[in-house]
Amino acid sequence: MINLLAIDWLLLLEKLILIAIVILASLFIAMYETYAERKIAAFMQDRIGPNRAGPLGILQPLADGMKLFFKEEIIPNSSNKILFVLGPSLAMLTAMMTCAVVPWGGDINLFGRTISLQIADVNIGILYVFAIVSLGIYGVMIGGWSSNNKYSLLAALRGASQVISYELAMGLSLIALLMMSGSLSLKTIVAQQMQTHWNVLYQPLGFLIFFVCALAECNRTPFDLSEAENELNMGYHQEYSSMKLGFYLFAEYVNMFISSAIMATLFFGGYDIPFFNESAHTDWGNWLALLGIACFMLKIAIFIFLFMWIRWTVPRFRYDQLMNLGWKKLIPLALANMLITGAVILWLKK
Amino acid sequence: MITLTNRAKPVDRKPMTFLESIYLWNIFKGMMITLKHFFKKKVTIQYPEQKRSFSPVFRGVQILNRDEEGRERCTACGLCALACPAEAITMEAAERMPGEETLYREEKYAAKYEINMLRCIFCGFCEEACPKDAIYLSETFAPAAYNRKNFIYNKQDLLIPDPKTQPEEFAQAQGLRELSKKKNN
Repeated sequence: MINLLAIDWLLLLEKLILIAIVILASLFIAMYETYAERKIAAFMQDRIGPNRAGPLGILQPLADGMKLFFKEEIIPNSSNKILFVLGPSLAMLTAMMTCAVVPWGGDINLFGRTISLQIADVNIGILYVFAIVSLGIYGVMIGGWSSNNKYSLLAALRGASQVISYELAMGLSLIALLMMSGSLSLKTIVAQQMQTHWNVLYQPLGFLIFFVCALAECNRTPFDLSEAENELNMGYHQEYSSMKLGFYLFAEYVNMFISSAIMATLFFGGYDIPFFNESAHTDWGNWLALLGIACFMLKIAIFIFLFMWIRWTVPRFRYDQLMNLGWKKLIPLALANMLITGAVILWLKK
Repeated sequence: MITLTNRAKPVDRKPMTFLESIYLWNIFKGMMITLKHFFKKKVTIQYPEQKRSFSPVFRGVQILNRDEEGRERCTACGLCALACPAEAITMEAAERMPGEETLYREEKYAAKYEINMLRCIFCGFCEEACPKDAIYLSETFAPAAYNRKNFIYNKQDLLIPDPKTQPEEFAQAQGLRELSKKKNN
């Protein structure tokens, strides 16, 4: 029998509020990522982009969302209906789940309680991220297969093989990082970077490999083979309409946000304020934490811009080029990086 | 092989160098190009608010002209209909009655004057054929319509505003035309 009084109800409440804030914030950011994407695409093509809904088109994402909600919902007769609905739900769910282990900032003191700005500080944080990210492909696969459309199926196959290939290189590039930090907890990794330097200084190659793989995992150009518009007509979500399509598109943007957050956490010091010694200013209290969050968000924004910048510059890889790059270049590079890191660590410790 | 122009370039089939094969440097160069465009002046014209001026030789929807006193110039001679290669113009003539001198310039006028805008090819031959300076092509185009009937423009649609009752509109329509005439010469 569970003793109800023994449960820390305040902690539960605190975590629930934090979960709500994080989910709402990631949805909000994903919403404005669509706006940013359209604006950046337009600017890089010497256009202005959306500017009619509200000042500077700032209400455009709301209009887009409304449109998706009011569209007719079509479920093809020949599709597997349960899986057809499950696909986008799963894509969205896995996109949202990853943010549970990201440390969004330092501790905040409110009403005499110290609140950690991380939903769950699990000691296997990175493994959790990997597990959820690899589940994410099920959304694509189930959606593509259950549509009962040859293009969707082809796209889903491509997507699955792409994610499997790039996950290997991604994991290998992270092993080098983990050998340095000695911990899988994201909070510990950030704390270490705050004391010394950012990991990207020690692991530039590892970061590069991780970044390329993150592009591939998010299905962003140049690796957007699973939604290749011109060869597979929209790919795996071809048969989707209304908000189910919206979920797929939205999940992609949430994924982009989360993977930017993970990269900032692992390689760029997370909520560490650059060129600033936090431990000397602990008397700033909550302001320090807020400043940290702002820095973290800025880093994420830079990454998101980089993602979009690449998308509107680089054309899509051909399938064989994609596989060549993944298996013949990135994995050997990541292995070499791992070996060199190991050797250097051994040499420094002798 | 004989080429049409001497600009043809043979395809470079050299194997990629190491720098090219790791893509990164070339991707970086490409990204610098897109970044340059990011800060460039935008070429967009905000359409309903801003309009691009037409070329001086633009040929738009026909207008039936009036003289300074607001009388219709057309005498229904039928030369425009004869000149029209698309056979878009039909008209019916009528005789001017006593008391209608303020409406029509000469003894004969067009009781009915129709141009089928779906047939019209905007060649401007009607304007060239007209001996009375009664029809000319303006700098507007025929707006979209939902049925074919609305594309048959009658006299009311084509006539220029009356200079006596609507002087501003007349001046505007006339002014655009004079402007384009000047540019032509």
